[in-house]
Amino acid sequence: MALHRLSFRLRGTVCHVRTLHTSGWGQQQEAVAVESEPEPFSVFRTQETDPACQSEKHLGQFYTLPSAHFRPLFPHGLPYRYQQQVKTFNEACFMVRPPALEVISYLKKADYSKPALRYLFYGVKGSGKTMSLCHAVHFCYTQGWVVLHIPDAHLWVKNCKELLPSSYNSARFDQPLQATTWLRNFRTTNEHLLSQIKTKRRYVWTKRESTDEGRPLGELVNQGISRVKSSSDVVGALMKDLRLQSSQPGADFRLVVAVDGVNALWGRSTIKKENKSAVDLEELTLIHNLKKLMKNDWTGGAIITTLSQTGSLYTPKSAYLPQELLGETGFDSMDPFIPVSVPNYSEKEFESAYLYYLDRKWLQHPQSRTEDGKKELSFLSSKNPSMLDRICGFL
Amino acid sequence: MAASCVRTVGSFLGKCGNCSSSLNTVTSQLSRQVLSRQICVSTALKKNLAAGGPEKFTVEFIQKQVEEFDIGKRHLANMMGEDPENFTQEDIDRSIAYLFPSGLFEKKARPLMKLIFFPLHEAVQWGADGRPFHFLFYTGKQSYYSLMHKLYSKILNIEKHQDRMRAKGLFSQDTKEISLDTSRWLTKEELEVLLVETISSNNYDRFIQLMERLLSMPYCNMEEEFVLHYRRPLEARSKKQMVPVPERDDKGVAFSTSDGRRKTSNSSVVLRDCGSGRITVNGQEYLHYFPVLQDREQLMFPLQFMGLLGRFDLECTVSGGGRSSQAGALRLAISRALLSFLSEGEQETMRQAGLLTPDPRVRERKKPGQEGARRKFTWKKR
Repeated sequence: MALHRLSFRLRGTVCHVRTLHTSGWGQQQEAVAVESEPEPFSVFRTQETDPACQSEKHLGQFYTLPSAHFRPLFPHGLPYRYQQQVKTFNEACFMVRPPALEVISYLKKADYSKPALRYLFYGVKGSGKTMSLCHAVHFCYTQGWVVLHIPDAHLWVKNCKELLPSSYNSARFDQPLQATTWLRNFRTTNEHLLSQIKTKRRYVWTKRESTDEGRPLGELVNQGISRVKSSSDVVGALMKDLRLQSSQPGADFRLVVAVDGVNALWGRSTIKKENKSAVDLEELTLIHNLKKLMKNDWTGGAIITTLSQTGSLYTPKSAYLPQELLGETGFDSMDPFIPVSVPNYSEKEFESAYLYYLDRKWLQHPQSRTEDGKKELSFLSSKNPSMLDRICGFL
Repeated sequence: MAASCVRTVGSFLGKCGNCSSSLNTVTSQLSRQVLSRQICVSTALKKNLAAGGPEKFTVEFIQKQVEEFDIGKRHLANMMGEDPENFTQEDIDRSIAYLFPSGLFEKKARPLMKLIFFPLHEAVQWGADGRPFHFLFYTGKQSYYSLMHKLYSKILNIEKHQDRMRAKGLFSQDTKEISLDTSRWLTKEELEVLLVETISSNNYDRFIQLMERLLSMPYCNMEEEFVLHYRRPLEARSKKQMVPVPERDDKGVAFSTSDGRRKTSNSSVVLRDCGSGRITVNGQEYLHYFPVLQDREQLMFPLQFMGLLGRFDLECTVSGGGRSSQAGALRLAISRALLSFLSEGEQETMRQAGLLTPDPRVRERKKPGQEGARRKFTWKKR
């Protein structure tokens, strides 16, 4: 990666660069252009890769995710376009933006003996809610929390290919495929912690299979992955266990529940039973368990969620406020929560993103490198992150 | 008999209605000669009539129709409870639309009560004995030649007058001139309409030459009225683009408003000189209203062309039409509003870029016998 090679060359000056940035001179473009001539990329980048240490001084700047973190943390959960961008640029860069910083600061200061706080990111389409969520999750990961990241709750309520009646409760339905994929990703994310946490109860799957108390959670997860039929129940058991354990005062880990597209839990579903009648959301095991998790009756953790209109069913395109997307029941269940609005890019953030694309040589068109081109891009994309990404995609 | 013949024709020709006061379509004045109706029973003339074309009306007939129309108008005013003295044509139209509501789409097919003067028709030009009335009938273009004769006789009159003045010693060159600046000669088509007969271009040139000769003589103001009858006022010059005036609102921000139209969309834009580049369309975010890049590019073009992208704040309202035509209408409105903030040279560049031209293309009508406006049905050889 270019960044590493550069840092090797400038090893002597790395600490010099770091002081430059943390002193806030990175903000003034004119000043830095004079100062850091050998490192022109640093205006919009910061070397601070630890979300815990990022502060307002780093607002608008990109930080690179260390690849050691990237692979386990985000097997799922990032927007598709961003994943492609990571593959193209060979590095994963997040922009430090106010909503994410706000949530991280709350997470740092929260009292974890009280019931879990619920944070909700909301904003217009493409304004960066999922990315802010992933930023917060990265912070939790670096702090060593257990990450329960559901990439998109909408995927669980639509396009279900297999629907089995649940073994645990015959009124409900299982979704084995989705459950197994999720369990696999969960295992990738929390590999190192699963061996340390032990189950607290005994779970009986079938007549012959059961998991005893005191076994590491990893075994539970493996059980769910291998036995596809009972995977949804495994998910439910996992959630319950983690919830109970983190509530206990002596727990040595904290749980973060990150759900993207939380409005799916209280919307409608398009899954149909064999007799063509629509499945009620309460009848799906996964959703049922997730809703139990979302209730803030447990302690020792946090719930971070985003609203999403793009995947949601039966909602108008212009809806982006919590009230509209969650609906009455959703709002009442989520209440009280901390809403965090994710706006479009500000001037500075837009500059940053533009410089980043320039640096990565993504903007090939000669006119895009001029001032006028920049103004055009700003106008056409109306400073919406995803729109900017799409427009720059063909430039 | 003749009158009833005409009335049936009138009702056939024209506009239906059951009013006792007749609905008339009245043709206009004949040529200058006052002719009485010559419709006789004689076979020769009957044949001529059939070949002659549509009916010919006399001056008395026209006057009678006009009187009947007035009486009908007064009846109508009484019916509607309004003042018969001040009953205008608009009131008539309103009352007829009220009394005879029609579901027809074509406005011209609805009931009508109006005096319409159709263009002149030629009346029959000869008497019962077959002898023509006008002495120049056998020239073929009797009105044209009679006009030329009249013109020449006027010229001769003026010359005689000049001689007399010279004889008296009062000849002076600086007589009052007829003002010819604001008018133009009749075109050939208009002259044909006036004379009720076709003339060739040579004839027309000769006519103009004679008129010019008349005007070149002093003392031509004697025939001023006659000359002006054959001139038409010049149309107003093509308007220069009306530039919307920038006003200042309460905060002191200069803004200008303008409209734009394209196909069936109407739009209006308020351009504020704030300094941010925010755009609102119909109260919504502009990114949300125009998700397609092409529409946004259309909106961007006027500002980008003048290099004023980040300077203005746009507040747009648009209705009607589709996505593309709304974008086009907004673009025109933005360009017009931008005019007030630009210098003359920049306005000229905008005009040359085609930003200020309203796009005249509208949807072409589908024709019967074809599948669309241009597409014909599949042609089958057999």
